[in-house]
Amino acid sequence: MLEGKAFKFGDNISTDHITPGRYFHLRGDIEKLAEHTLEDADETFASRVSEGDFVVAGNNFGLGSSREHAPRVIKQCGVATILAESFARIFYRNAINIGLPVIECDTSQIEDGDRIQVDLDEGKVRVPEKQIEVSFTPFPDFMKELLADGGLSAHLQKNKGFKIGGSSDGP
Amino acid sequence: MGKTLSEKIISSHCGKEVTPGELVIANIDGALVQDGTGPLSVEELRKANMVMAAVPDRTVLFLDHASPSPRKELSNAHIILRNFARETGVILSEIGDGVCHQRIVEDYARPGDLIVGADSHTVTAGALGAFATGMGSSDVGFAMALGKVWLKIPEAFRVELTGSLSEAVYSKDVILHLIGSITADGATYNALEFTGPGATALSMSDRMTISNMAVEAGAKVGLFESDDSTREYLEEMSRGQDWKRMAPDPDASYQRTIELDLGTVEPTVSCPHTVDNTSPASELGEVEIDQAVVGTCTNGRIEDLRVAASLLRRRKVSDQVRLLVVPASRRVYLEALREGLLETFVESNGTVLPPGCGPCVGVHQGVLGDGETCISTQNRNFHGRMGNPKGSIYLGSPATVAASALTGRITDPREV
Ligand code: SF4
Repeated sequence: MLEGKAFKFGDNISTDHITPGRYFHLRGDIEKLAEHTLEDADETFASRVSEGDFVVAGNNFGLGSSREHAPRVIKQCGVATILAESFARIFYRNAINIGLPVIECDTSQIEDGDRIQVDLDEGKVRVPEKQIEVSFTPFPDFMKELLADGGLSAHLQKNKGFKIGGSSDGP
Repeated sequence: MGKTLSEKIISSHCGKEVTPGELVIANIDGALVQDGTGPLSVEELRKANMVMAAVPDRTVLFLDHASPSPRKELSNAHIILRNFARETGVILSEIGDGVCHQRIVEDYARPGDLIVGADSHTVTAGALGAFATGMGSSDVGFAMALGKVWLKIPEAFRVELTGSLSEAVYSKDVILHLIGSITADGATYNALEFTGPGATALSMSDRMTISNMAVEAGAKVGLFESDDSTREYLEEMSRGQDWKRMAPDPDASYQRTIELDLGTVEPTVSCPHTVDNTSPASELGEVEIDQAVVGTCTNGRIEDLRVAASLLRRRKVSDQVRLLVVPASRRVYLEALREGLLETFVESNGTVLPPGCGPCVGVHQGVLGDGETCISTQNRNFHGRMGNPKGSIYLGSPATVAASALTGRITDPREV
């Protein structure tokens, strides 16, 4: 089970909020780029977040660019998972591919600063202090496998190619 | 049950009949990365000892976002891609060759292809009837190496276009209008398939603008059928042999049908800071601008430059406005040069930039100052997009942008 503090954001947080284009030149250095994580949504986020915390948002989190640097910097900051009402497609894919779990669930009752618990296997998010419990659909098998392997690269190396539902599909 | 165009194309790339929701491993026909996403793909492949390319003659690395490079870190990113191209035999598109999506439609994409790109606007090639979609650096990196990718089969929306465009209204207005009505996440995880007599009547350039922005509604792909216009376009690009007809089955099942009469669309702009925050240009009131941009992968084609030039000819842009014009590719640049369009832009006091992304993503060339406002033909107006979170971006057609450059405020092109 994961436990940490919630950093709450609104709807339509774009990849430009997460990794602004003006730091394009830092893309080769994830650590430095991560110092600016979510800067255009909350300037203080990167300095306040700690290992195991959660990003919690509204609709369409991660819309915009295909830049995989966006989930990477969030992971680099120590964020354990992102919870949102919904995610943009490419962001969702990228997060799973780099081994960062992202959860679609009702986040309306979670407030900034709440201590929350997430149980990935059970599919539950809880805010114990407020007796709030929200369910989410656990990941499909292939994504579970990707996450368990540690992301796409590790998955492909371990299985010598893609493996979906037990059938290996090597290069 | 008949198949949508998306299902047909993916089925033919994974050796079985697919249905929406299913996860498959599909073979790709081509892949692209650019200078902002490609270095990470290369790094991942090097770490995994997979420095190789499955389809080198259809894998292209583009130096277009920071081009020419404004700083040493980005020059070094370019070196990473040049070296990778040399080692694996994939194609390198150099500085000055143009924006990835424009070059892909000109030289590579074929109807029925499955193309993945580490850039969200890879969807542009949907205009040719190719299932082209954006992904991240890891996805596309490993797809380049293995020739395969994991895909979830999308549900599709059928967008039935009827009628024809009114005067001074362009396909940019159509797609802005559509995104305004279905919202920026209205088609998340879905395919948009454009059809109907209105779609058939649109030029290829018009279709590319619409496909390019499908992702701004969250869509995975924005597909047009491949028809006679597609064939003529490919012939013009000296690729007539790449043409084949592509269409969904007549009894295909769609999750939703959206009908749009093109004749009802007006010159439309997206207001800061989301693409779906749209308004008819005529109802905007007084919005003064500091910068106007014509170009990018959305509207940097020769047809777009012709429209802008026709408004600017023998006129000067407002003293308050910097007009930047960015041809999308070397081909477009040359055509514009030969037709005298570049002369028109320069004479009107505009500045012509080299082919590439230009100011679109805030890396260089036209970064906004604090409190400044820009109107651009690009596809995104997100907070901070043009390099400064204290700037505001409006989106419009090449005609709306040119008209606004003349008056110094956002202007319906029918006014000038
Ligand atoms: S022109 Fe803009 S939207 Fe198009 S590829 Fe370049 S940065 Fe992306």
